[in-house]
Amino acid sequence: MGLITPGLGLLFWMTLAFLLLVFLLGKFAWKPILSMLKERETSIFEALNAANKAKEEMKQLKFSNEQLLQEAKNERDAIMNEARKIRDKLLDEARTKANEEASRIIESAKESIQNEKMAAMTELKNQIAESSLTLAKFVLQRELSDPAKQEEYVHELLKEVKFN
Amino acid sequence: MNIKRYFSFSLPVALLFSLFTFFNPSDGFAAMQDNTSLVAAPDTTVEQLVTELKKEDKKFNAGEMIIEHVMDNHEWHIAVIGDVQLIVPLPVILWYEGKLYTFLSSKFHNENHSYQGFKIELEGPHAQKIVREDNEKAKVYDFSITKVVLAILMSSALILFIFITIANRYKSNPNQAPKGIQALLEPLIIFIRDDVAKSSIGEKRYEKFMPYLLTVFFFIFFNNLFGLIPFFPGGANVTGNITVTLVMAAFTFVLTTINGNKHYWVDIINTPGVPWWLKLPIPLMPIVEIIGIITKPFVLMVRLFANITAGHIIVLGFVSLIFIFGAISTSLGLGVSVVSVAFMLFMNLLELLVAFIQAYVFTLLSALYFGLAVIEPEHH
Repeated sequence: MGLITPGLGLLFWMTLAFLLLVFLLGKFAWKPILSMLKERETSIFEALNAANKAKEEMKQLKFSNEQLLQEAKNERDAIMNEARKIRDKLLDEARTKANEEASRIIESAKESIQNEKMAAMTELKNQIAESSLTLAKFVLQRELSDPAKQEEYVHELLKEVKFN
Repeated sequence: MNIKRYFSFSLPVALLFSLFTFFNPSDGFAAMQDNTSLVAAPDTTVEQLVTELKKEDKKFNAGEMIIEHVMDNHEWHIAVIGDVQLIVPLPVILWYEGKLYTFLSSKFHNENHSYQGFKIELEGPHAQKIVREDNEKAKVYDFSITKVVLAILMSSALILFIFITIANRYKSNPNQAPKGIQALLEPLIIFIRDDVAKSSIGEKRYEKFMPYLLTVFFFIFFNNLFGLIPFFPGGANVTGNITVTLVMAAFTFVLTTINGNKHYWVDIINTPGVPWWLKLPIPLMPIVEIIGIITKPFVLMVRLFANITAGHIIVLGFVSLIFIFGAISTSLGLGVSVVSVAFMLFMNLLELLVAFIQAYVFTLLSALYFGLAVIEPEHH
């Protein structure tokens, strides 16, 4: 057993032990460890890929959501515009109608006023005529004796006549 | 022989030594002056130390101690506590003349260091070699469970336990974040897979070599780390043993050779881009290339062995310094111990780095060789 001369016994045992170690470790340790490491690496890789994909999808989804929102907004604006137009139209119509009604009422009021006025004038004329006749009747009744007294009397009568 | 056991405790021993002498200078100094050899263990008191030192009359030999430590042994010394030596006897298995002999290494603890006609050499260049008493030249095949074998078996068991536990955790909660020891070792596994195997062999063909590369990496890394632990389950110089590195380099060589495709062999036999007269009539380039096939695993073997053994030797050298200087003068030994401990701490930290780097380099180079063997020619 020199320092640099290999010993037979050790050579035998080392070969045996090392072969056994390679075999046992290979079968029971390295094989499962390496396959599990690989599996874990692939699973991590896949998980990362899936995460990226999900991110992309989220982006897509967000984009389409925004689009949807924009469309909804546009639609709302359109509806609002329509409503506003209809409202304005209704208001206009109502206003026109009201104006027409009002002018119609005014017209008829004017007409009736005219009629009343004409009636009143006719009645007044009749009244004046009647009063004049009565007055004349009294004047005639008193005989035309004294012109002064007659004149006084006319005045007196005139005072009595009241245009009511 | 006795000295070897102190090595495993290099750091604590040195610390304790300086502590003892600091609190009880007279005893400590006396011990140092009386005797030049080092006999200590973490639990020894000064009195025990002194008696032990007095028994020991061998001179302290740093070189012998270091070489004994970095080499294999038939028994595993743990500590010396007073008169009691804590030694784990290891099974000796011998094949001699068609017969199998098995007994514990503690049977050699007698005057002749012999048992059943076998003798164990305790010193010299063939220390720990078991020979026949009657005929030292006779072939004795030694399949003993030595210190390094036991260390390999223990670390292999631990590696198996750890990684099967981790594998079960992967199975029980799939696709979850790793936890505990799983989280500690997962980066290393992924590092070997992505930065060593995938980049050296290629995305398509690396999977076949993964079990071998991971096993080699963790076997070297764990054993390098155990080698740095100065106590019993650790402390063995496994990856700094030439036989161990030889076996691993041989595996890399065999795997490279059997996986070599047509392109790989054509590159070796008929190297492209080389003038024809280098191939004919004397096949100079093919010879160089074939030598290259052999040198690759050879370099793998030597690099790991040399790096780890050198690390152990340097740390042990610093321990020895304390006792070499202590033998000259106690106060000098004390002074040197402070420096030595500081350097040992530095070296141990450096060795932690080396433990990883050497495991990485061995795995990376193996992966590169596999990559060369399986690469498909590029079509331009």
